[in-house]
Formats: sequence, C-alpha cells, structure tokens
Amino acid sequence: MAGLSLSHPGDRSAHALRLSWGLVGLMAVAALVALGLGAASVSLPKVLGDLLAGRGVAAQDQLVLMQIRLPRLVLGLMIGAALGVSGTLMQGLFRNPLADPGIVGVGAGAGLGAVLAIVLGGALGLLGPFVVPVAAFLGAWGAVLLLYRVATQGGQTSVAVLLLAGVALAALAGAATGVLVYLADDRQLRDLTFWSMGALSGASWAKCLWAGAFILPVVLLAPRLGAGLNALALGEATARQIGHPVQRLKAQSVLAVAAATGAATAAAGGIGFVGIVVPHLLRLASGPDHRRLLPNAALLGAALLVLADTAARLVVAPAELPIGIITALLGAPVFLWILLRQAGREV
Amino acid sequence: MIRLALTLALAPFVQVASPALAEPSRIVVLGGTAAEIVAALGQQDRLVARDSTSTFPASLTTLPDVGYLRALSPEGVLSVGPDMILAEAGAGPAEAVAVLQAAGLPYVTVPGELGPDGIADKITVIGAALGQAPAAATLAAQVKADLAEARGRAAAIASKKRVLFILSLQGGKVMAGGEGSAAEAIIQLAGGINAASGFHGYKPMTDEAVLAAAPDVILMMDRAGPGAALPDEVKALPALAASPAVQSGAVLRMDGLKLLGFGPRTPAAAAELRAALYGAE
Repeated sequence: MAGLSLSHPGDRSAHALRLSWGLVGLMAVAALVALGLGAASVSLPKVLGDLLAGRGVAAQDQLVLMQIRLPRLVLGLMIGAALGVSGTLMQGLFRNPLADPGIVGVGAGAGLGAVLAIVLGGALGLLGPFVVPVAAFLGAWGAVLLLYRVATQGGQTSVAVLLLAGVALAALAGAATGVLVYLADDRQLRDLTFWSMGALSGASWAKCLWAGAFILPVVLLAPRLGAGLNALALGEATARQIGHPVQRLKAQSVLAVAAATGAATAAAGGIGFVGIVVPHLLRLASGPDHRRLLPNAALLGAALLVLADTAARLVVAPAELPIGIITALLGAPVFLWILLRQAGREV
Repeated sequence: MIRLALTLALAPFVQVASPALAEPSRIVVLGGTAAEIVAALGQQDRLVARDSTSTFPASLTTLPDVGYLRALSPEGVLSVGPDMILAEAGAGPAEAVAVLQAAGLPYVTVPGELGPDGIADKITVIGAALGQAPAAATLAAQVKADLAEARGRAAAIASKKRVLFILSLQGGKVMAGGEGSAAEAIIQLAGGINAASGFHGYKPMTDEAVLAAAPDVILMMDRAGPGAALPDEVKALPALAASPAVQSGAVLRMDGLKLLGFGPRTPAAAAELRAALYGAE
C-alpha cells in the first residue's frame, strides 16, 4: 500500500483513507480532552468509575458534565464539521483556494441579522435566548438566496458574478451594520463585539438540537457532491461534457453552505479561519480528491474546533476567551505557512 | 467532595426552611455595583469570585475573575465552588444564566437600573440575599437621605454650569454622553446641566455641535483604558479650544465606576462633582 505513491504518483486514495481513521482518532482524543478538562475540577475517571459501580454521581459533577461540557462538546463538533465541510465546498465550487464559507454572504448576512436583533430586539420586545440565533440564521439565508438570485441568469449561475455580488452585498450589510452600531448603546456594543468573535459558552441541548437539524444532513450528504466538484476542477464546460449536472451541483453546494454555516454562525457567532485552513491542510496531506476531502474536512474541522474551544476555556479560567480569537491566532500562522510552502514550489 | 456536593445540593432547601441557618459564605458576585454594595454592607469576606467589572474596593481584584458580565461561562462561575450567585440584571449570555439558575444554588438577580432612584432597591435585594436586611435598610435609608440632600443642593444652585461628559476621543471625534445617559443623571444630581442634547446615550458629536454646546466644564473618566481622552488632547481640539471649559481650564477627571455605577458611592460622587463645579460648600 505504501508503495502506491511510487507507482501511481497521483493516487493518494489509500493514504486519504488512512488519514480518515487518524482523524477519527484525533477527534476522539479531542472529545475526551474537552470532556475531561475545564475550570471546574471534575475527575472523568472517577465519575465513570462511580457510574460503572452503580454509585451516584455528585450533583455538581453531573451538572458540569451533562449540562455544560457535553452539550458544548457536541455543539463544537458539529460547528467545526460544518465550517470544515463548507470551506471545502466553497473552495471546490469557486476553484479558488481563498474561498471560505463567508464568500457567499453567510457571514455578512448572519452578522447583520445578529446586530439587528442585539440592537433593536429589546426595543421591539423580542427578548430571550433564541432571538439572536434566529435572526442570524434568517440573515444568512436571506443573503445567500439574494446572491444566488442575482448570479443566476437564464438557469445558469455565474460563479464570477456570485463572487463579485458577494463583495457588494458584504459592503451593503457592513453599512447597515454601521448604522445599527451607531444606534447601539454601550452594553449592546460589547455584545456585538463578543458575538463577532464567537463563543460556545451558550451551548445547550436545545441549541445542539436545532443546529444539528441543519448541520448533520449537510455533513453526511456533502461527500456525494465530491465527484461533481472533482469534475468541476477541470472547468465548467468539461464537467458538463463528461456528464455532470453542473447547475444542480452549484445550487446544492450553495444551499448546503447556507444551511451548515448559517446554523453554525447562528449558534456560536463568527468563528473565522477554520473553514479556510482545514481544506488546505487536508489537500496538503492527502491530495485534492473531494470525495475524500469532504468527510475528512468534517472530521478535522470538528477536532480542531473542539481543541480550540478547550483552549478558550482553559487559558484564562475561570473566565474564558472568545473562540474566534483562538482560531484566528492558530489558523492565520498555519495558513501563512501553507502559502509560503506553496510559493516555494510553484508561484 | 461528596459532603460538599451534598451541601450544595441541599443549600436551596435549607435556605427555604430557615434562612438564618445556612448563610451563604462562598458568593460569586457579578456586576461592579453589586460588588460595591456587598462591600459596603461589610460582607466582602463572603465573596469567592467576581466578574471583570467588579473593581471596587480595590481589594476585590485579588479574587478570581470569572470574565466579563455579559460573556460569562457557566463552568467558570461554578468552578469556584459557590453557594450563591449574586448577579446584576445585565448578566449574560442568556443561556449561561439559564444553566447557572438551574445549578441548584441560590441565584439572586440584582436590579440593574442606571440612575439614582434604583440604588436603594439594589441594596435591599442584596441585603435580603445576604441575611443583612437591617444593615441594608440603614444603608438604603442613608443613601436616600444623601441623594435627597444632593438634589436639594442641586436645586438651590442659581446659575447652573453646562457640563459636557466625554467618554472618549477616538480619532479626534468627541464621544459624548447625551440625554438619558448615566452621565447626564450624575451631572444633574451634582447641580449641572448636560451640555450635550438632542441625542440619546453615548454618541460621537460633530465638531459644530460640540462648538454650539459651549460647555463650561468638561468631565471625563479617570481610568477608561486606551482611547480615553487626556486633558491635553481635549485642549488641542479646535471645536473645544474656544469653549469656556478649556478657556478657564475646567477639565475634570473622575473614577468611572464611582461616577457612573449608581451604587452606594453615588451621593459622594455627586458631592465631589458639585464641589469641583462650584467650589466647596
């Protein structure tokens, strides 16, 4: 198996499969670390031992594990997977390594929705834990559907128009956000800042449920788009000639990203860099085959986000850092390193 | 550990049965004004952790910091092993507060009203939670009397000065406290008139509006972090350079939490500001 790379330099599928198992392991380790570590001193082995021996678990330990760490772990895994898969889909669809889930307006739309809810929600009598997520999710969908509409003429979606219209829409959403920031009071401004840096500290089982309803179908079904994205890498015309329904592929990719990233952003705010770094790391490790990239991106995204969240929870305990700070702090240097490596080879 | 857990699990029930028996002694306080009131009631020893806005008295800063009031992490708050959480109404996010409220220990919400009229309420709620109702009643009555006195003195001032509260000077833009802001409330309590009008809350003012406001006195916070205005910067602004305040050198700086926190120190803050505006009585 190991010799395959010598006889068929392009074929790295066996390698990618081994990588998948490695990533499953990494994700499991990340999950255990996230469950075992935290500001509260809960001994995981002791709790498991108590459970197995039929002894009761202390109420406090049970609360910390079942109502705080576990929902947070589940939410983190799902959001990481959503961002990783969305980033891979977008880089495949745009055939551009700079693409990330934000490119189709998800971030701008979700941000505008969230800012609307934070600044005007109270005045409109809309209060409660679900107002901001729902508004962010609706904002993300609104932006994506608008962009898709603009870029689709005569049944054909132009990827270039999608990209450019995305820039215009982001500017528009930025202006609207600016007006709302101007109207915001001191406290709302702090809320806005924290929202834009993302956090999993609001994780609850209810949140896992509704975020999962959008994210899980996308993560599980996305690998089916892999073959089409591989064909698309050869160019749109070629992909069509060899029998791939290119238009359907575009629509499915965009909708999948809107659902997964929209739900992820609604649940945890803006978390940057996972979507852009994960596909790069994986292409480096196992080549550009999207059939392998998509499931691996879900696994790596999930593992990285949970590790980043664990760091966010531990660094300044008992307080915690917004996770967006950690992902950007770790993701940006890795991204630069990838660029430098590639620049040495080709550009 | 098990005994601790039992104590924690039973704490709320014991509380209901007989408040005098189980006095909470490991309290997490969330909110700078609430922390100040706990200290003013002489109960600071019972605190085990605080949020990042709880900075007065200064000895509080030696306690573990569980993060910013609006961005709490439930596990962080619970990790200090509290037997009561005393939180201002602004605590958040909502999901974190929901987990804390379901954690099986008393969670007391302190009203968060930003204005002199809410102070007595805050003191009463905290006093009841700490089992210090008599001391709280005394403190609340004292604060009310002091506020009434401050209002009386403010009303007696014949020619009131126009005060402009500057929150920050970002890039030469004056961020001022407008109508309904906490800054306006304390300025009025000290016998001044808010020179900034026509907008609510804290907003950047145009240079021309700043010029038209013609403040007699400029008021700023003492410890407001980076971007906070320095008196020299204020004097260098063309829109302010011609104002009576800069001409007469009346640029005041006061501690932010004391000035705008609306807690037990508010009457003293009003008196301090009044003395700075009109000279000692």
